[in-house]
Amino acid sequence: MNTSNFSAACPIPISQYPHVLMAHGGGGTLMHRLLEDVFGKAFSNPILDTRHDSAQFTVPPGRLAMTTDSYVVRPIFFPGGDIGSMAIHGTVNDLAMSGARPLYLSCGFIIEEGLPMETLWRVVCSMRDTAKKCGVQIVTGDTKVVDKGKGDGLFINTTGLGVIEHAQTISPQSVQPGDAILVSGDLGRHGMAIMAVREGLEFESTIESDSAPVHEAVLKLLEADVEIHCLRDLTRGGLASALNEIAEAAGMKIAVEQKLIPVQEQVHAACEMLGLDPLHVANEGRFVAFIPAKDEARALQILRGVGVSAHAALIGKVVEKAAPLVTLKSELGVSRILDMPSGEQLPRIC
Amino acid sequence: MKFMDEYRDAELAQKFAREIHRITTRHWKIMEVCGGQTHAIVKFGIDELLPKQIELIHGPGCPVCVTPLEVIDQALEIAARPEVIFTSFGDMLRVPGSTTDLLSVKAKGGDVRIVYSPLDAVKIAELNPAREVVFFGVGFETTAPATAMAVYQAAQKKLNNFSMLISHVLVPPAIEALMSSPNCQVQAFLAAGHVCTVMGYEEYFPLVEKYRVPIVVTGFEPLDILHGVLLTVQQLESGRAEVENQYARAVTRAGNQPAQDLIKKVFKVVPRKWRGVGEIAQSGLGLADAFAAFDAAKKFGLADRHVDEPAECMAGLILQGLKKPHECPAFGRKCTPEHPLGATMVSSEGACAAYYRYRRHDAAEKAVVK
Repeated sequence: MNTSNFSAACPIPISQYPHVLMAHGGGGTLMHRLLEDVFGKAFSNPILDTRHDSAQFTVPPGRLAMTTDSYVVRPIFFPGGDIGSMAIHGTVNDLAMSGARPLYLSCGFIIEEGLPMETLWRVVCSMRDTAKKCGVQIVTGDTKVVDKGKGDGLFINTTGLGVIEHAQTISPQSVQPGDAILVSGDLGRHGMAIMAVREGLEFESTIESDSAPVHEAVLKLLEADVEIHCLRDLTRGGLASALNEIAEAAGMKIAVEQKLIPVQEQVHAACEMLGLDPLHVANEGRFVAFIPAKDEARALQILRGVGVSAHAALIGKVVEKAAPLVTLKSELGVSRILDMPSGEQLPRIC
Repeated sequence: MKFMDEYRDAELAQKFAREIHRITTRHWKIMEVCGGQTHAIVKFGIDELLPKQIELIHGPGCPVCVTPLEVIDQALEIAARPEVIFTSFGDMLRVPGSTTDLLSVKAKGGDVRIVYSPLDAVKIAELNPAREVVFFGVGFETTAPATAMAVYQAAQKKLNNFSMLISHVLVPPAIEALMSSPNCQVQAFLAAGHVCTVMGYEEYFPLVEKYRVPIVVTGFEPLDILHGVLLTVQQLESGRAEVENQYARAVTRAGNQPAQDLIKKVFKVVPRKWRGVGEIAQSGLGLADAFAAFDAAKKFGLADRHVDEPAECMAGLILQGLKKPHECPAFGRKCTPEHPLGATMVSSEGACAAYYRYRRHDAAEKAVVK
């Protein structure tokens, strides 16, 4: 969690309203103050400041990319981030996966009655700081308050708009036999960080979420004219789901190697202990890239020059056009199927 | 990772494999008892490194898989009660009962929670005195000490809102039942290393004597399993039948004495039904009379429930090592991890789930060839 930019001084005097009330969503003066003093103050920019029902702006020429995502993470604050930073990163990253430059976000808040005002302010400050770092503006939004017990503290939805400045077709259908498969860094940290906090699991050192924006890394590849066939961010379901989805959509056989896939030691240990596979665990700042062999070395070099993807690695390749299948070569050198996880990850007995 | 990567070294694995190839002259059927070993064998492809004559048979050692249907149904009924907080290890949640599973009970409003230790369930009971907290106590001797400790602590704290639905099972009686079956094809066992960390391996000497069958206490990493297989084949090829301990870094002959004492204090040995296998005499643990007040089945009046198992699922034959998962007509078709017919498809340690996750394409090809 980044506390250095966090201002503890909540603009709504805590003595007056230490918790969010139903009235804060009721359309009257309390709601007006919440919008003005919390959201309006934190997210201020010329487009938002017009206080119109819809944001108006001129888009640069080119194709547009649009995406939406809802964030319901519990706990709201976790090592390496919070629901607010995640709501910005996640949507920025979805835009980045089509090679778009993220420009504008909307955000919708669903707040459970009784949420400490201080908590809301911390989240909003985190979103403000994260949006600034990502170079995006929050230009419109919405707030609803639901009865106590009808929500889990705070849910956030963000929709993002970005502009595509390149002429490539980044999609599973562009994937070709022989493509190199790169991951942008070590896997599984976000999921294990959340599980450790949620379940009160204690490890020798804290596992920090990998939540981070990846658009800069992608834009650097595009600026250098690296040919990109496909990108996918590795959120829920982890690498295993992403590779299976792409193999399916592209009609390709994909082969990756266990020992080439970067996993932090403590994540590995936690997964071993709980009977989970790091390749099934969620990430929030990692992506996989399918790059033709001719550009593989250059792509790796560029990725490794950007902080978020400093530990990018080649993990395998697209084998051939065939019935969709992802195989993983084990440490012992034997290949087996790498499957999608089935539903929720359930820790095993012993 | 330290203390783990050393046991996954590809070169050493090849060395073990070459030695096994060198000494193997005949067809041998070896059962790995524990589901954790089955999982490692299929995940790392260990069986691919072995000579064709060595057949690994996947044993009944997945506690989730052998928990009988009627106990799952009891769990579902208890978990659905409004006053109950039902606590369980994660992988029991997807196990199908007769009509539904715990995840679905949770979705309909049941308060079902995953815990990592039975002691967490005791804490929940302390924090929620107005609710009935039930822990689903399943597993082999490995998890029995923690379950026993939870009951013991609950008794010390005089918690009357805590109880346990218990379906603990014991390994040696299962080996005995397999060996005494006329269909038995197993010629040697890799015994479950983690069970032996608790119980030691004294219990295996009478079995080795009686059935002239090698039993090698084996760990869970690829090199452990390959080493275990090597020791087993050495015994088989030289006509010996002994208890050997491959997993000496964790297992002693006498085991963990305080843990055994606690098990003896809290539990008594009872007959137990195994899913797919049937009842095995003296093969389970139930609460000792002094702790009977913590028996959830009695507390909620469900102790006499009996349920028949679905005929389509051949989990029983698989758990006995008589069939391989892909030989089941339902495998990968009517029965998948999303819609399991039997428990062996549910748990990540179940033989069918392991085959499905790592092998189903091979399995399909083999089935076609046959």
